[in-house]
Amino acid sequence: MAKDNQTSEKNNIKKPIAKENSINDFKQGVKKGLPIAFGYVPVAFAFGLLAVKGGIPVWIAILISMTNLTSAGQFAGVGLIMAQATLFEITLTTFVINIRYMLMSLALAQKVVEKMPRLHRSIMAFGITDETFAVSSLEEREITFPFMMGLITGPYFGWALGTALGAILTNFLPVAVQNSMGIALYAMFIALIIPAAKKSKAVLVVIIVAIAISSAFKWVPFLNKLSQGWVIILATVIASAVGAIFFPRSEERV
Amino acid sequence: MSLRYILLAVALMAIVTYIPRALPIVLFKRKIKSQRITSFLYYTPYAVLGAMTFPSIIYSTGNLYYSIAGTLVALGLAYLEQGLMKVALGAVLIVFLCHVYF
Repeated sequence: MAKDNQTSEKNNIKKPIAKENSINDFKQGVKKGLPIAFGYVPVAFAFGLLAVKGGIPVWIAILISMTNLTSAGQFAGVGLIMAQATLFEITLTTFVINIRYMLMSLALAQKVVEKMPRLHRSIMAFGITDETFAVSSLEEREITFPFMMGLITGPYFGWALGTALGAILTNFLPVAVQNSMGIALYAMFIALIIPAAKKSKAVLVVIIVAIAISSAFKWVPFLNKLSQGWVIILATVIASAVGAIFFPRSEERV
Repeated sequence: MSLRYILLAVALMAIVTYIPRALPIVLFKRKIKSQRITSFLYYTPYAVLGAMTFPSIIYSTGNLYYSIAGTLVALGLAYLEQGLMKVALGAVLIVFLCHVYF
């Protein structure tokens, strides 16, 4: 009898707690996403600037950011649109650049709550970026749907807002400012990898191998014929394999 | 450059950006046990970002030397763990100052 009471009590409490947990998870996600959101503004600004300078209407620049939500792919895609490339070429190039997300998505699949329904998975997948992925994979615990949605929210609007600002302000900014904005994206990437490399020799080695490969394919004659998207995939696969072979991780967490 | 062409391109870009993000996480509901594979996946973000950043960063501002200056500042600020925003703006600011003063 007493036991029955306990279980029924437990069941009664369970629901409100679950709800409270989701709200907390969401809030936590939002908090972790804010630095990414702020980091996105200058990069998206640079994107908006570049797009409008190249003849893309302001509203389309914003539309691209709100439907694509990706850095390298958008920069490449808009470059190709400005060069009047064929639709096939644009699709293929952006796809190749974005193949890296498959690796991230697969890694996140290891990290999310196992019973998360497919619908939730397909919604949160839209918000996987280099940065949201890096932050969520550094979480100590399993990732829930509300946490991921919270994490995505800030960056999504930061990316859209930055694009809008860049697109609208293009004509008011001196060329020196416009050129300087080009480095923002890469500086942000540096901010993501250096702290990890500082703490782990394995991560440092992986980064160095990846850079060595991408540099070789940039500067060595003949090798430099390969398009950037493929180079990134090749460098990622080789460098991560080197990491997995020489520094296998014993801990449970991914 | 017709509006139709641009909109089609944008739609195609959105599709091929979403598919790689969604497929693995929607299809693989069971966790991978192999330590080799989980280790590999753990290292991928660092490899991706490293390969995307270098050497592209030194061609990112229209002047090789200014870019290198910006890169060094970004590396320094990141080493001090200053966060995304400060690192990005710090690098932009240095490149801008180089453009202004040289």
